[in-house]
Amino acid sequence: MTGFRGLLRAQRQARRVVSLLHRFQSTLVIAEHANESLTPITLNAIGAAKRLGGEVSCLVAGNNCEKVAQELAKVQGLAKVLLAQHDAYKGLLPEELTPLILATQQQFNYTHICAGASAFGKSLLPRVAAKLDVAPISDIIEIKSPDTFVRTIYAGNALCTVKCEEKIKVFSVRGTSFEAVPVSGGSASVEKVSGPAPVGQSEWLEQKLTKSDRPELTSAKAVVSGGRGLKSGENFKLLYDLADQLHAAVGASRAAVDAGFVPNDMQVGQTGKIVAPELYIAVGISGAIQHLAGMRLLHTVLAINKDPEAPIFQVADYGLVADLFKVVPELTAALKK
Amino acid sequence: MAAAGLRAMVGVKRVIDYAVKVRVKPDKTGVVTDGVKHSMNPFCEIAVEEAVRLKEKKLVSEVVAVSCGPQQCQETIRTALAMGADRGLHVEIPAKDYESLGPFQVSKILAALAKKEGVHLLLLGKQAIDDDCNQTGQMAAAFLDWPQGTFASEVTVDGDWLKVEREVDGGLETVRLKLPAVVTADLRLNEPRYATLPNIMKAKKKKIEVVKPSDLGVDLTPRVKILSVEDPPQRKAGVKVETVDDLVVKLKESGLI
Repeated sequence: MTGFRGLLRAQRQARRVVSLLHRFQSTLVIAEHANESLTPITLNAIGAAKRLGGEVSCLVAGNNCEKVAQELAKVQGLAKVLLAQHDAYKGLLPEELTPLILATQQQFNYTHICAGASAFGKSLLPRVAAKLDVAPISDIIEIKSPDTFVRTIYAGNALCTVKCEEKIKVFSVRGTSFEAVPVSGGSASVEKVSGPAPVGQSEWLEQKLTKSDRPELTSAKAVVSGGRGLKSGENFKLLYDLADQLHAAVGASRAAVDAGFVPNDMQVGQTGKIVAPELYIAVGISGAIQHLAGMRLLHTVLAINKDPEAPIFQVADYGLVADLFKVVPELTAALKK
Repeated sequence: MAAAGLRAMVGVKRVIDYAVKVRVKPDKTGVVTDGVKHSMNPFCEIAVEEAVRLKEKKLVSEVVAVSCGPQQCQETIRTALAMGADRGLHVEIPAKDYESLGPFQVSKILAALAKKEGVHLLLLGKQAIDDDCNQTGQMAAAFLDWPQGTFASEVTVDGDWLKVEREVDGGLETVRLKLPAVVTADLRLNEPRYATLPNIMKAKKKKIEVVKPSDLGVDLTPRVKILSVEDPPQRKAGVKVETVDDLVVKLKESGLI
């Protein structure tokens, strides 16, 4: 029996070597997870990694993430799931994960290392890249070839195609630009790995997650955004009600933030958060030029404004010329049905 | 460390002003920067403000503002000095190298300067609004082997440690970092002050030292090649609907709700 299994393994390895020789690509995706559950953007990152054409493995690090590793083993198209458990990985601190990733890289020699472009991926990957002495690529929206990527610059106002000739390509993936891989149909092996001793220069203390069912602005599939037309912070309640019906996040234009209606962490656009939803609803936003340009990559834009001449209508797929204080509650009510 | 106060260094970048609509060059090599209004990257302003506030709380003894780039960067450094930074360092980059200068090179420069100046805290914005990379702080921390507090919305000095509240997806998290450390500022960290005229006048007397990357042993060889910069697909104006009911029908037809 052992001999048979050994033979199978040898065959599998031989096949792997052949495929490596053919394609020269192997990608490590760093899994993001919380509370023993996988963060969805990881599935989009795996989707992007599969586009590269080579073998895709996934590293799960944490202090209690066996379940996530088992979940990932069933994800379609993964060759291997690497599991690293240690108390030092609690809170997924980049200071502790970087040495682990470097050790993993040394062992398996990946050509590509990636993660979702979330707060986690954005914080971690540049640190890893610097330690590998390579320049990373942030928030890619397209893979043209294993060394050529497209990303946005100037908050979505321009598309930049870059060629990365580094020995290892380290990049983060815009979740909304790549299909998520199915969470079933896979049968990857789970292999335990370990990194060097804890660094101990940082410590995770606590997290305060917003007690809202609303998704995060940067990763939301739908965003309802309010502008100066809302007239006050209290009136944003109208948008929250609408957002709840659509399972959307709520954002604001710079004008609404500057007017003091809402805190600046809600600001969408150049100096705020970059959003890429499938549906963007602009309420009481006239549409400053830079705001409009930043929306060009959005799937569908819906504008509600009482001024028929508002520039926002030049880019909106659907425009409703009406008083927002009347139609937003109507729309909310209509969606409840 | 805390007795004498921490020494802080702030990186500031000169970028096209946030209110300007950028135009892509016809030859697709980049965006038009000549004759376009530039100002300090908004996230860098927040980093400067935080450093100055820490100095006003007597937790920081000196604030050094650094910028890498052509001659005009000195205006950006002057702005930081007018906001309350003590002195400036201008890392002069020749125009031909500046075009391909990225976070990789800048973070190496900042790391070398942080070591040379003996700073305990390197403060940066979380990202520049031109390249949108969000990498420099993390990479500088890696080159220095210092811990990093990215996307900070609150910074507290606690002896030899720094408590940083971070903006993460879904909420906030708090980490504790052993000094020296790198912190990158998110929008919520503070409201940057406006430089007053007397402070702008005073800033003219403050010193800006000019440094060359070669003095710091940093190689400026490009690492990422820009093949093209293009306009995103143009959106066409869609349809106007008359009533909420029509709108709901349209949204349903397109499978959005």
